[in-house]
Parts: sequence; structure tokens; C-alpha cells
Amino acid sequence: MASHSSQTVHTEIRHGFIRTYIFSTDHKVIGIQYLMLALFSVLLGMGLSVFMRLRLAWPAAKWPTLEQIFSVGFSGGQMTPEFYLAMMTMHGTIMVFFVLTTAPLSGFGNYFLPIQIGARDMAFPVLNMLSFWVTFVALAVMVSALLVTGGAPISGWTAYAPLSALGQVAGPGLGTGQTLWVISIAIFCAGSLLTALNFLCTTINLRARGMSLMRMPLTVWAWFTTAILALLAFPVLLAGGILLLLDRVGGSSFFIPGGLVVSDKLIPHEGGSPLLWQHLFWFFGHPEVYIAILPGMGVTSHILSTFARKPIFAYKAMVSAIFAIGFISYIVWGHHMFMSGMSPFSSMVFSVTTMAVGVPSAIKTFNWLATLRGAQIRFTTPMLFALGFVSLFVTGGITGLLLAQPAIDIYLHDTSFVVAHFHLIMGVAAIFGIFGGTYYWFPKMFGRMMSERLGRIHFWFTLAGVYAIFMPMHFMGISGAPRRYAQLTEFTYLQHLQPVQIFISICAFITIAAQFIFLYNFFVSMWKGERAGVNPWEATSLEWTIPSPPPHDNFGELVPVVNHGPYEYSVPGEPTDFVMQNAPAGSVAS
Amino acid sequence: MPFAFAVFLWFMASITVALFIGKVWWLPPLISEHGAAIDRQLVITLIIAGIAFFLAQISLGYLIWRFRAKGGQRATYWHENSRLESVWTIGTAVVFILLSLNGNRIWASYILTPPPADALPIEVTAQQFAWNIRYPGPDGKFGRTDPHLINDANANYLGLDSKDPASRDDITTQNIMAVPVNRPIRVMLRTKDVTHSFFVPVLRVKQDTVPGLMIPIHFTANRTGEYEIPCAELCGMQHYKMRARLLVMSDTDFENWLKQRASMQ
Repeated sequence: MASHSSQTVHTEIRHGFIRTYIFSTDHKVIGIQYLMLALFSVLLGMGLSVFMRLRLAWPAAKWPTLEQIFSVGFSGGQMTPEFYLAMMTMHGTIMVFFVLTTAPLSGFGNYFLPIQIGARDMAFPVLNMLSFWVTFVALAVMVSALLVTGGAPISGWTAYAPLSALGQVAGPGLGTGQTLWVISIAIFCAGSLLTALNFLCTTINLRARGMSLMRMPLTVWAWFTTAILALLAFPVLLAGGILLLLDRVGGSSFFIPGGLVVSDKLIPHEGGSPLLWQHLFWFFGHPEVYIAILPGMGVTSHILSTFARKPIFAYKAMVSAIFAIGFISYIVWGHHMFMSGMSPFSSMVFSVTTMAVGVPSAIKTFNWLATLRGAQIRFTTPMLFALGFVSLFVTGGITGLLLAQPAIDIYLHDTSFVVAHFHLIMGVAAIFGIFGGTYYWFPKMFGRMMSERLGRIHFWFTLAGVYAIFMPMHFMGISGAPRRYAQLTEFTYLQHLQPVQIFISICAFITIAAQFIFLYNFFVSMWKGERAGVNPWEATSLEWTIPSPPPHDNFGELVPVVNHGPYEYSVPGEPTDFVMQNAPAGSVAS
Repeated sequence: MPFAFAVFLWFMASITVALFIGKVWWLPPLISEHGAAIDRQLVITLIIAGIAFFLAQISLGYLIWRFRAKGGQRATYWHENSRLESVWTIGTAVVFILLSLNGNRIWASYILTPPPADALPIEVTAQQFAWNIRYPGPDGKFGRTDPHLINDANANYLGLDSKDPASRDDITTQNIMAVPVNRPIRVMLRTKDVTHSFFVPVLRVKQDTVPGLMIPIHFTANRTGEYEIPCAELCGMQHYKMRARLLVMSDTDFENWLKQRASMQ
């Protein structure tokens, strides 16, 4: 078998354009496809948030130009509340599913997991291609929900039943738009499930000789754990989505109880439970938070170690913490439901488990800080974003201490405080992980360097911007501002928050504008950037041992043999301050 | 660059902490008995979280500035310290457990303690996009309701069955809820259509109204005045203006208000 496989390595397979760039089975091409899908989605999701911020800051303003484009959503020139809710729903859905799930896991994971463990491709390349195209179809269906008559759904990314189950009678966008939403989510679940399977098989079976589990980079540990989460979480949402679809189009009543009267019409369903949807949704939804953030933690650890020129502090504790977070994330979903009418006794249990997830998170933070102690920090753009990640992770995570307690959640639940909390931790921190990964791996993926100068400008605008946007939302939440309000001005006790809304909107527009610096840097560097060598960052993991960009079969004939851990920086007595993972054994580091 | 980064983190952390301490934006006034414990726990947790936040950002800034690369030097080869790791882990675990226990104690003493038997019963039924309030009237009993009888056009928002004698003296209002001060109130929460959430910021009360369920909550308001009740669970296009007024009155004012309302029916 061994000789047979080494023969196939020699056979240079030449495919046409379509097999090379579109229906490719190469994990690297698929990784880039996922990243491009995420890039499209993030621009769309960001664009939708512009509408949200316009409405929140200037609820009564008239926009005649926009009325010409969106005659229904801006009837009379003013943005309707249902248009706001549609933007909000689609912003959340697109960001969570098509950006925060696809880019860190399916994008970077696909490209770098096989290379970092010394494999030639994923375990199931055809399945891998299928996963991407299934996800692509899901995105196409989701975008079409924006375009149908009646508009996009207005039930939020959580699609709480029965609002999401009743159809057009419950409000605009809840007809065809909501049906397309459910179908898209179900398709997305199927695609993610396939990706998860592939990641797990690849990590378990295809590691190069010497790549023991405890020599795997923390990025690989993070993708591996995330894949376990995805494998167990997405089927539950898939089931929930199918049941919701049946309630909508098949006349069933999984989530609709009897005796409901909507808009003066008696609803002919009976026997369902709205809380069942919430349980199914959050059983997926909480692990999903960690699906978004764990790869970011992995990338941050990897980048911190690289540019601190130091071993990551407490590698084993980092691995245990990733696993602990992954495990605990399955028994905390009820903290989204403290006010839902669920048994108050379960709230107490979920409160304790949620507090428990703070412990491994605190361990990780401590270890990142300890990694910096005694370092020789090189301030490259990826390092700036990794350091920004640590800051945002602390800021976003620490407010979990309040929200994890049902007694405090009585007040803070469903206020802007929650919006601030989850945007900082699973939104912005995760995005910083994605940016860090992009600046770090761009030279490997495209063979050219991104501009450091533009990268730094992008970083400063983004870091200052996200703090200016999301920090004030804590104060709005403390003041009692409910989330998902098209405007706060209907309530006397919230009037004084309007200047804060305007401040946030202006900061958001500046931060969004600054993202075009990144786009410019990204696309121009792809063609005009300075050429990158094999190992421009002087890093140690296996992707830095092969050409930039890597050839189709990654390592070719030279299947690597791993002799060292992933973070052997500044080993005393070594000639350089980094020891490659595949450097010969017998050196000081081993 | 390293110094700018450090200064940014110190500045951001200081401004944030100052805005919290200065209470520039803060909780609305508290007018319920159970709310004091909630506020205290919120402030305690906020202080602990604030200290951790501040120290973490300050140290991150310091480390970034202090350990910037200086040409020609090597980093310290330091990658483990089991004692430090154990102390940190146990330390955070202890703080979190204590917080969690105290938080649960407060939750249990409020939520799991039933209101006194003589608490004044009020029924609140949410609908897109209004709050229906019902008082049982002199007989102390709520009359029968039936979804088939609901007719918004005829103002029978609750589907009150006029054949039931208990329903005749029921007093219903929309978007206005009066309660007597210093008297325990038991609220039965229902909804006609989708999930809403009964949120009274000044009372520190929030509870979703769930289709198919009747959920009891209770409180005692201890200051008279007029307050607002927003809906806190996304319920459709006019969620943002689903608003009721809460009137906390003296006993006499409340009795008069009820009589006046009864005469209007």
C-alpha cells in the first residue's frame, strides 16, 4: 500500500478550471471557498447592520433615496419597524451561521488542519466538496429570503415559536421568508455535520508519524473539539428545524399549543409546546457559541506563542481547558431560558454549570497573559489582533458572571446588556480570531505578504471602534433598555439613551468604513504583495515547512516526521529561536 | 506601538470603570421589596467582574509594553508552573462558586417562596401588541374565558364568558395596571398569541408569557407613582411599542380606581 500511495504522489493530476477552482476536492481550495463565502456573508451581514443603526439612531428620519430602492421597507420615506426586524433577523442569522461558523472552522480548519498534522488532504475529499456546496445552497436559500414578497422573517435569529411557526398571520416576513429561513438552516445543518465528521476522521487517522496528540498545535485541538461540538449540536437543530417546517407547512403542532388567537383569528393547532423549540434551539445554540469562539482561541494561542517567541504557557492546561469548555457547553443551554417559564429549579442547576464554564475560560486567559511574561513580542498585524482577542475575550466573557445568575438575569435578560455581552465575546472576539488568522496565514495561502502598514491602521480603527460600539450597550442594558426594539423613544424611562444610540451608530459607521482598508489590503496583496518565503514568521508548525502557496498534495513525497512539540521557541542552546516540528530529533529541544 | 497599545487598554479600562462608578447610566429607581437583594447581588457581581476586568486589561497593557522585542535578545524559556496554575484555578473556582451560591439563594428566596395567601390576584394577558389586565372584582373569582369568544372588535379581548356568573364583576383594562402600595400582588401571566415578556424594570420583575401556560409571579411595590411596563420578548413588528402603564397607589386610591373602572364596564 505504501508504495502504491507514493506512486500516486508523482502523478501530477491536471484538472480543468472547473475541477480545480469550483468543484475541487483539494482541502485548500475548499478552505478558500469557505473563506470567500464567509467574506461575502460578512459584508452582507455588516450592510444589514447599517440599516439597523440608521433606524435606532434616527427613528423618525426620512430617507427618500432609500425609499426609491426599498419601496415597502421605507414606505413614506421612514424605515418601518418590520424592515428593522427583518434586517436584525438576517444580520444575526447570516453572521452566526455563515460567518462565525464557516470562516474559523470550515475555512481555516479545512485549509490548515490537514497541513498542520502532516496530511495530504482531508479523510474524505469528495465529502468535503459536498459539504461546501451544501453550505453554498443554504446561503443561496437564506439570501433569497431577503428577496421574496413579504420580506425576510422578523422573528430573530432564534426564531422563537410560535411567532416563527404561525405564518403570515403573526406578522410580515413570517410567511415565505420564514419558510425559506427554516429550509436554509436545515440545509446548513446537514453541510456542517459532514464537515464535522471529516474533521474528526482526519484528525484521528491522518496524523503524520510522530504527531502525537500532545504535539498537535492548539489550533488543531480547537478545530477537533469544535468538530465534536458541531457533530453533536447540528443534528439537534436539524431535527428542530424539520419539526418547525412541519408546523408551518404540514399542519402539525410540535410548537403550537391549542387556543391561540392571533389577530383575532383562532389558530387551528393544538397540543404543542413553545418551550420545546427553545430547548432544541439552545441545546444547539449554546455549543454554537463555542463553535464560533474555540477556533479563535486556538488561533490566538498559536499566534501569541509565535510572536512572543515563547512556548505557550501550560500547553496541557490549554488542551484540558478547550475540552472542559467543549464538554460544559453541553450542559449550560438553560441559561438562555431563565425567564422562559422553565422550572426555576433547573435554572439553579444551569446557573452552577454556567459559572463552571468560567473556570476553564479564566485558565485560558491566565495562560495567555503568562505566555507574554518574559517574551520578546514582535508587533506584527496578526499579533495585534491576537492581543486584541485577549482583551475582548476578557471584556466580553466577564459579564457572563452576571448573566449566569438567574437572580440578576431577572433584570438583565433580553436587554442591551446581553447584546453587548455576546457581541463582544462570540462576535467581535471571534472576528478578531478570524482577522488574526487571515493576516497570519495569508502569506501561506497566497504566497504574498499583506501590507503591515494597512494592517495596523485597520487594527486600530477596529479595536477602538468595537469598544466604542459595544461598551455603551452595557450601560443601556443597565438602564433597562430591552433588545430587539426598533426604537427606544416610545418609553419615557429610555428617552435619555437616545444620544447613546446616536454615538454608537456613528462609531459603527466609522468602524464599518475601516473594514474597506482590510478588503483593499486583502485583494491588492493577493496580486501585488511582497513575495512570501516558506516561513516568513519564523514559526514552527508544519504549514511553514512547505512552499507558499503549498502544492496540490501539500508535502509531496516528503511526508513529514514530527519530532517536536508545536511551540518550541527560544529553546536555550538552539542556534535559532525556533525549532521546527519536523527538525531532526536529538537537538536540545527534544 | 507597544506603548500606544498599553495606553489604549489602560485608558479604555479606566473610562469604563469610571462610567460604572459614576453611575452615569444606571438602574432605574427600585420600588419593590424583593428587588433590594437582586440589586445588591448585581452590584457585588459587578464589582468583582469590574476588578477582574480592570486588572486583566491593565496587566495585558503592561505585559505588551514591558516585553516588547528588544533586538538581539531571546525570550525566557518558561512554559509551566503547576503551583501558579493550581492557585489560579482554585481561586477563580472558589469565587465563582460563592457568587453562584449567593445568587441561587436570592433567586430561591424570591422565586420559590410563594406569596402570602391574601395576596391580591391580578391576571395579565399579553397579546400582539397590548397588555390586558383583569381584576376578579368583589367576588374574588376570575370568570371563565374561552378563546372562541375572543373578539377584539367588540372589546372582548380575553374571550370572557358572560354566562359565567363569576365573570360579571371582573374588571378588565388594557395597557393600564393599578396596584396598591405595600400589598403583596400575585400576577397570573398568560398570552393569547405568541411569547411576550412581562418586564417591570422598577420592580426588578421579568417573566415570559408562554402560549399554553399560566405562569404565576408575585411582588410587593413599596412606592407610589407611575411607571412603565415594556415587553421584553420579541413578539412581532410593534414589539417596541408594546407598553403598559403601572400605577402604584395608596389603598384608598386603588379602591376608588377599581370602582371607577367597574362603573365604566
